[in-house]
Amino acid sequence: MAGVQVSSLSRSFGAHKALDDVSIDFADGGFYALLGPSGSGKTTLLRQIAGFDFPDSGRIAIGGESVERVPVEKRRIGMVFQNYALFPNMSVADNVAFGLSVRGEAKATIASEVQRALDLVQLGKLGSRRPHQLSGGQRQRVALARAIVTKPRVLLLDEPLGALDKALRVDMQIELKRIQREIGITTIFVTHDQEEALTMSDRIGILRDGRLVQEGSPEEIYDSPKSEFAATFLGDANIFRGETTGTGIRLPDGTAIAAGAGATLAAGAKASCAVRPERIRIAADSGMSDPNANILRGQVSKRIFAGNNSTYFVERDRQTLKVIVQNTGADRLAEGQDVVLRWSPESTVLIATS
Amino acid sequence: MAGQVATGSRSGLRSALPLLLPAYLWLTVAIFLPLSAMVFFSFMTELPLAGKVWAFTLDNYTTFFSQGLYWRLLLASLRLGLEVTLWCVVIGYPAAYVLAKVLKGRSREAIFLLVILPFWSNGLVRIFSWAMVLREGGILDTALNAVLPFKINIDLMYSYPAVIIGLVHSYVPYMVLTCYLTLQAIDDSLIEAGRSLGASRLQMLKRVIIPLSMPGLVAGAALIFVPVVGSFMEPRILGGRTGTFYGTVIEDQFVAVFNWPLGAALSFILLAVVLVILALASPVLKRAA
Ligand SMILES: Nc1ncnc2c1ncn2[C@@H]1O[C@H](COP(=O)(O)OP(=O)(O)OP(=O)(O)O)[C@@H](O)[C@H]1O
Ligand SMILES: [Mg+2]
Repeated sequence: MAGVQVSSLSRSFGAHKALDDVSIDFADGGFYALLGPSGSGKTTLLRQIAGFDFPDSGRIAIGGESVERVPVEKRRIGMVFQNYALFPNMSVADNVAFGLSVRGEAKATIASEVQRALDLVQLGKLGSRRPHQLSGGQRQRVALARAIVTKPRVLLLDEPLGALDKALRVDMQIELKRIQREIGITTIFVTHDQEEALTMSDRIGILRDGRLVQEGSPEEIYDSPKSEFAATFLGDANIFRGETTGTGIRLPDGTAIAAGAGATLAAGAKASCAVRPERIRIAADSGMSDPNANILRGQVSKRIFAGNNSTYFVERDRQTLKVIVQNTGADRLAEGQDVVLRWSPESTVLIATS
Repeated sequence: MAGQVATGSRSGLRSALPLLLPAYLWLTVAIFLPLSAMVFFSFMTELPLAGKVWAFTLDNYTTFFSQGLYWRLLLASLRLGLEVTLWCVVIGYPAAYVLAKVLKGRSREAIFLLVILPFWSNGLVRIFSWAMVLREGGILDTALNAVLPFKINIDLMYSYPAVIIGLVHSYVPYMVLTCYLTLQAIDDSLIEAGRSLGASRLQMLKRVIIPLSMPGLVAGAALIFVPVVGSFMEPRILGGRTGTFYGTVIEDQFVAVFNWPLGAALSFILLAVVLVILALASPVLKRAA
């Protein structure tokens, strides 16, 4: 087991920079999600770490050992592909045994290790099946067993659950997390599902156009995004744009919004504030007001009821704000109603506009 | 439910009949009728031409079994078929691999064109071109002597190797095409998965790529082996005196000796032998594939 350090990694295809000066430290034994929109370079980064592709510049170290020029088969990594990539000409057990048998391990060792790996992914009885006789979820388990049976230093997964339907996906997320904890392997997981990234990983790296936008624990990124992109890509956010006052911003119409978190900026620069929809309280009138709270007035344009919560869309000054309210059975607001929005400065993140 | 499905497929067949009809008509007229005539001929003493008297006989078949010459020729032809097929695998498979897995885009198209070029050139032109290359004082001889400091004599013309060269050249595109198709169907991520598990390129080839491309190899081998065993043009032109094979003897019966009944009988014996070989090989090949 080993951590992975990537420093100043760049990779271009022609004029296109698929990776642009990316540095990330993947901690030993951690579960790391790489998140980003399509074409942001997630797969490219994973392929550099795996050794399928080589960087133009930068360094990659696995367990402290520099591997930029080490070919795939010598890197001792485990890889799980989105399309499973099981060998169709072999049984499930032979697929799992492949990595051990190309290393020339003894037959008896192979058999017991394969059985252990299959038991770990709860497929102990299906060893003699062919891959085409398995369901999608089972195939993905086989792919996982095949990748970990060789005791790799790092486990790399490229959207491993992308081909599964929602229910199976959630099952596999739990399963994958359990297995990862059990063997304690450093895991790098590519996904473009933000929920998956939030629920599964210890740390998240957000990529955009080949650059690392932000990196940190799920809470860190969710609570204090450093850019509008990070704020809106991981979770929902209401973005206000204006001029900074140092501790908040002033909107074009003169309203002040106080921010208790985020960057400290010199007054006068352009900046934005991000507020999560579930942090805003919505009411028909201002009522008893905390003197420090941010207050905005608007009109409900739409309400979407979703059982345990409701989403209100509130129009104000040519901007639509989103508010999510837990369903407590209290008064519901009607569409078209004038409302007051209130939230604390601590829930407001000040973001520098680049 | 099951009944519905069954009637569904039967009516499917009925509606497909008009579509199949042209093919069947063509097969009947162009293949089945002449072939039946040939079966008929093979049991006759004489061709029923110019009012010759003829009768039914088994002599044409017994000739084959009573004369060692035909056996020997058939064995030589089978060996020729085997050797040419093997050379086609040796040359065609790597070429197909490079085409399917190494080259991309433009260069792939260009090389592909070069590979199937023999298909588009006339067979005779191809063979006589080889004759010009292989004979003494020919292109190969002259070129090698121009480059090498010592004098060597290359005269491959009218030899067994010349026949092999000509046949391999004619038939290798089949192997390239069939193997290319199966190799291309192998997902690149399989190869990447194997290598990430620690397999070398050679191990990947042996454990995954060759087994998965077996259907292409088998199809190519069948497409090559069968016609090569019966081939006569290349052996005759490039082989000269050494080029007497089963196929050339059959050809002689039809175009030189005008003993069609014997020629027909020899053809059917060849057909039977080839079918038996394919039948015997098929379980082995199926297991491999
Ligand atoms: N082999 C290649 N040749 C040329 N361009 C490439 C190649 N591989 C990737 N790219 C480009 O690099 C960029 C990043 O691609 P990458 O596959 O890493 O994206 P991704 O983040 O994995 O996206 P997705 O979520 O769609 O899988 C894309 O613009 C892509 O077109
Ligand atoms: Mg990708």
